[in-house]
Formats: sequence, structure tokens, C-alpha cells
Amino acid sequence: MIGAFVIAFREVIEAGLIISIVLAATRGIPGRMRWVLLGVAGGLSGAALVALFAERISDAFEGNGQDLLNAAVLILAVVMLVWHNTWMSRHGRELAGELRAAGEAIRNGQREAAALAIVVGAAILREGAELVLFLYGLVASGTSGADIQFGAFAGVGAGVLLSAVSYLGLASIPSRYVFSVTSALIIFLAAGLAAQAAQFLANAGVVEVLGQTVWNSSGLIAENSWPGRVLHALVGYTDRPTALQLAVYIGTIAVMVGLMQWSAADRRRAVRPA
Amino acid sequence: MIPALHLALVSALLLATAPARAQDMPVIKVEMRDGVILPAVIEVPANTRFKLEISNTGQSPVEFESLELKREKALAAGSTSAIIFRTIDPGTYEVFDDFHPEAKAKLVAK
Repeated sequence: MIGAFVIAFREVIEAGLIISIVLAATRGIPGRMRWVLLGVAGGLSGAALVALFAERISDAFEGNGQDLLNAAVLILAVVMLVWHNTWMSRHGRELAGELRAAGEAIRNGQREAAALAIVVGAAILREGAELVLFLYGLVASGTSGADIQFGAFAGVGAGVLLSAVSYLGLASIPSRYVFSVTSALIIFLAAGLAAQAAQFLANAGVVEVLGQTVWNSSGLIAENSWPGRVLHALVGYTDRPTALQLAVYIGTIAVMVGLMQWSAADRRRAVRPA
Repeated sequence: MIPALHLALVSALLLATAPARAQDMPVIKVEMRDGVILPAVIEVPANTRFKLEISNTGQSPVEFESLELKREKALAAGSTSAIIFRTIDPGTYEVFDDFHPEAKAKLVAK
């Protein structure tokens, strides 16, 4: 029972931590819950489909279907996060309530919330397919006892609870600072997802350079330990990064910070003459 | 750099050379059954392309995983799927079943 609890719990928090950051980052956008719920529903149905057609997806593209699908889902999420941070560095202050002329920001906010709904959906799709396979396997096999099934579903509940707690923690940050914090979290989140996408492309043979391992910190923080798993979900920690992963990680951070600076400067230019 | 173009070119290349490769590639079979990985020492060829065919013959779902090789594959009970390895260096790599943490095996590339 404990085993099933732990497996379900950790699969849920990997997506749950991402969702709690996204929820905190969209604070103040009217109607965002509708978008987030749409993302959750889309992600869950997607995960169920992926679990159902796992074998067929895996066999597609000469056996590289699963890697290519994972890479595509992650790249989509990264693009949305980059766009979110760029937009936020221009409009975040309006949403934080420091400026009241936020009409345009709120209209744009709908597109913004839609973009983050896609991130939520992608996170659930990516992490959820394994969980669906695991839970469905437990229920469908009929051989696992009621205590194992109870453990698994209690693990899901505990994972959702921990994600809610981390959201409430982020949401309790004063509104003046909350977007600075979520923007910083999202930079590392996006960089980590981009590095994962790069590894999937390498596994599929699309990228065949920089495959050498740069360091091995598995003795310090093992990737499959609890701290390792949380760091993996939040900032993309991996204990044996390849040169490709490291380059993509640093490159993503550089591009995001650059775009945010440009967008904030653009805003200052627009405000000054008025 | 135009990634989309790169992807298209590589895909075209993969498709064009696919039939020859499918025949050449050695297939190594692994069986996973409710917390057991067989064989316990999986011998594979180093520095060459091969296919690791994983069958879940047990009653519960499994997830073949190796952190060192950065590969994972979840399998429902009764299903079979494969991981294509392009090239791995000679050496011994730890593999485990992420859904049955007590199940461990070694993958040895020679």
C-alpha cells in the first residue's frame, strides 16, 4: 500500500507543482479558473489517450514516437511560458493593481490565461499518461488488493493537497512581489522543460551532438531521491546532464531574460511620452 | 538555425534509410513481471544501434527506467514495446522498475 501511495503521490506532484506556479502567475486575470480547468480536462483526456494508445505511439516513427511526442508537448509548454514571461514583464504591474488603466491588459489577459491553460494541459499530459497507466493497471488487473488501490488513490489525494498548499504559499506573497517570484520560477521551469525536450530529441536521434555527460552529482542529490524529484519538477534538475541539456538550459534562460528586458524597456518607452 | 527544417530533413533521412536499419538492428529482449526483471544482467552491444524489446508479462503495470541512460518506458500489463538505442558506451548501467522499486537489473554494454 505504501509503495502504491508513493508512486501515485510523486507522479501527481510533478505536474501539481507546475500547475501551482501557473495558478499563482495568473492571479488577477478574470476568468482564469475556467481556462485552468479547461487545461486540466484537456490534459487528463490527452493522458488517457496516450496511455490507451501507448504501444501504437511508441511504435510510430521507427520506434521514436513516444520521444517525439514528449519533445513536442514540452516544446509547446516552453513556448507558452516564454510568451507568458515576456507579456508579464510588460503588463504585470497593471495586473498587480498598481496602475488602474488595466482594461487592455485584461483583454490580453484572456489570451494569456489561454496560453497558461495549454501549459497546464501539457504538464498533465506529460506526467499523467504514466499515472493513468499505473492506476488503470491496478484497478483493471483485479489482482491487486483493496489496500493497494486505496494507497494509490490516497497518494493522488495527497499530491493534489501538497500542490494546493504550494499554491497557497505562492498566493500569500504580497501582490507587489508575486509576479517577480513567479516570473523567476517560470524561467527555471521553462529552462528545465526545454532541457528535457532536448534529451527526448537526442533519444529519438533528431539531435546527435553534445551527447557527453558533463557531470555526475548523483552522489550529492540523486535524481530519484525526494529532493532530486522536487528539484527536477521545479528547475529541471538532473544528476547527469549532457552538454546538450546544459546548453539548452542556459540558452533558454538567456533568451527569456533578454525578451523580458526588451519587453519591459518597450513598456517604459511607451509610458514616458504620455 | 532553423529547427523545423532540420527536423524535416532528419525525418526524411530516417524514413529513407528505415528499411535497411530495421533488418540490421539487433533485438535484445527483456521481460518484466510484477517486480522481476529478466535477465538480471542484460547484455547489449556497445557503440551500435540496437532495439531493446520490453515485455510486461505480469499482472501489474511496470516502468522500465535508467537514469544513467536517460530512458524510461511505462508498460501496461500484457503489453510489449521497444526502446531504440543509437549508441551507448561500453560499461555497466543500472536499470530499475519505477513502479516496483525493489526490482533492479544491470545493463552491460560490450
